[in-house]
Amino acid sequence: MSRIDLNGENEEYFDVLKEIGNIGAGNATSALARMLGQKVVVHVPKVRLLDFKDVGGAIGGEEQIMAGIYLQVEGDVTGSMMFLLKKESASHLVSVLLDNPGRDEEEELSEMEISALKEIGNIIVSSYLNAIATLTNLKIYPSVPSLCVDMAGAILSVPAIEFGMMCDKLLLIETHFLDAVEGYLILVPDIDSYDKIFESIGV
Amino acid sequence: MVEIEKVGMADLKICKAPNALTTLGLGSCVGICLWDTASGIGGLAHIMLPDSKKIKNNSNIYKFADTAIDELIKQMVIKGAPKSRLKAKIAGGAQMFAFQNQNEAMRVGTLNVEAVRKKLMKEGIPIIAQDTGGSHGRTIEFYPQTGKLVIRSIGQPEKTI
Repeated sequence: MSRIDLNGENEEYFDVLKEIGNIGAGNATSALARMLGQKVVVHVPKVRLLDFKDVGGAIGGEEQIMAGIYLQVEGDVTGSMMFLLKKESASHLVSVLLDNPGRDEEEELSEMEISALKEIGNIIVSSYLNAIATLTNLKIYPSVPSLCVDMAGAILSVPAIEFGMMCDKLLLIETHFLDAVEGYLILVPDIDSYDKIFESIGV
Repeated sequence: MVEIEKVGMADLKICKAPNALTTLGLGSCVGICLWDTASGIGGLAHIMLPDSKKIKNNSNIYKFADTAIDELIKQMVIKGAPKSRLKAKIAGGAQMFAFQNQNEAMRVGTLNVEAVRKKLMKEGIPIIAQDTGGSHGRTIEFYPQTGKLVIRSIGQPEKTI
């Protein structure tokens, strides 16, 4: 039986997960800020337990166009991780990194830009997971990244379905960052992996 | 005044014409629209996974193609739409992310569409039209008065099936 009861009170465990998210996201966003040479502000992470019917609209609204970089998480902790950027932020990010200051936000991403965004996603997510791996002494590896630019609801259906194979609600650790770029880092460990995280830090 | 009610993931709603149902940002999930023109009763189920029998934790019947379609038919019959008159249109089942190793989780869009088609055939409900697969999300609006299904995707013209 999992420590987390998806139908009960979990405040104490959620506080621990928020701290885990904080450590991961702090590392990830400082990597992002260094790459950009600009400031990125990080909000306090949220641990969210969502009914599936509320998942689509949970982040920016169902139809908001976002770039999602998705990685599967393997090792001692399994699950998935997503780096979600508002469309304008994705455009800004590639314009800075590929030194193309006049880039039109509405323009579709080129092959080169897609490749750059995936690599950024890889670096950001690896920074996040590395910080957690160091803290917990667990092995956590991200898979090769995949990218899609589409409606937030459609993108979020992917981790929701994966979690839905085991549970009737979605539990995730979300960090919102903004300023130079605005987006979200979302970690969705499989339900069994939450326990491994707690055990590793003696909770 | 036409009211359009929203249906979320793993959710199901019934309405009566001229009202309509919508689901926003369908990804790998499938939207199943059933209607009966004579009574004006329509229903929309938004399923996430193909088969309730393959999964241990299956208490939410709206999550799966098989159990959600059973429930959708049941609720529509109660509202006065005979099963023999029901018709279907379906949309969704995209693969949002491409990966080299195609595990089951990544192919779930295709599996969802297959499961929905099989279940509807088994129940004897004809599929009049479908817009499925691909790698893009869809927002759908369903009007049971006519059976019209409007589909919007990013960077593509709106279509009606």
